Amino acid sequence: MWLYEKKLAFPVNIKKPDPRMAKLIITQYGGADGELGAALRYLSQRFTMPNGKTRALLNDIGSEELGHLEMVGTICSQLLEGADCKMLRDAGYDASYVEHGVGVYPQNAAGVPFTAAAIQSKGDPITDLTENLAAEQKAKKTYEYLIDMCDDPDVLEPLRFLREREVVHLQRFGEALEIVRDLRNEKKIFY
Amino acid sequence: MDKEKMSCELMALTFALNDLNLYLDTHPEDQETIRLYNNIVNKRKVLSDTYQAMFGPLVAYQYSGSDDKWDWVDDPWPWQRKECGK
Repeated sequence: MWLYEKKLAFPVNIKKPDPRMAKLIITQYGGADGELGAALRYLSQRFTMPNGKTRALLNDIGSEELGHLEMVGTICSQLLEGADCKMLRDAGYDASYVEHGVGVYPQNAAGVPFTAAAIQSKGDPITDLTENLAAEQKAKKTYEYLIDMCDDPDVLEPLRFLREREVVHLQRFGEALEIVRDLRNEKKIFY
Repeated sequence: MDKEKMSCELMALTFALNDLNLYLDTHPEDQETIRLYNNIVNKRKVLSDTYQAMFGPLVAYQYSGSDDKWDWVDDPWPWQRKECGK
C-alpha cells in the first residue's frame, strides 16, 4: 500500500504563467520517458526481482517516481494558472485547451496520450534492469532538453532537481544489475 | 520557525531519507549510513509531529487533531502555489 504525505518532494512555486513551457513539460507527465511510465515500469517489474535488495530498490524508486509525477503535474498546472486565451493561443496551447482546458492530462509534448507501449516488464531482472538504465538516461536527457527551452528560475529549479534524481537512479540500477549478476555468478561480457 | 521554513526543513529531511534509503537498498550493511539514516529519522519525526500539531495533518492516519471539523480538507494542497514561496 502507499502512504500519502500532503507535501511535495521539492518546492514548486511558479509565479509567471507560461503555457508554452507547460506544453513541453507535460511530456515528463505522460510521455514515453515521463514519470508515470517510470513509476509503472518499476512498480510492475518489482514482482519478478530476485532478492530483497532488488525488490526494495524497484519498490522504492517506483514510489519516488509517483512523487515526481505529482511535481511535474504541479509545474504544468501552475504554468497554466492565470494564462488567458490570447496567451494560450500565442503559445500554441489552443489544441490542448480544446481537449483538456487547463487540466493536467498524461500526454507527450505533441499531444499523444500516455501509452504503456513505451515501457517494458519482461519478467527477467537482467533484462528489466538493463532497460531501466536506458530509461533513466532518456529521462535525464529529456529534462536537459526542457532546461534548454526554459528561462524562468522558478521552473528551472524543480527541473534540475528532477534531472539529478535520474542520475542517482541510474547509479542505483547499475548497482542492482551487479547484484543480480553476482547472484547468478555470471561473467560480465557486454559486447 | 514559521510554517514555510518548517515545511522546507521537512522536505529537506525527507529528501535526505529518501536518498539514503535508495543507497541502503543496494548497500544494506553500510553501518555509518544506517546510523546517519536513524539520526535523520528521529530528527524528522520530532519536526513532523510539531508541524502537524501546529499546522494540521501531513499524513491522514498519523493525525488525530481533528475535533469538530476534519482538518485534512484544509487548503493548501501541495500543488497549490505557496510552499516555500520565494
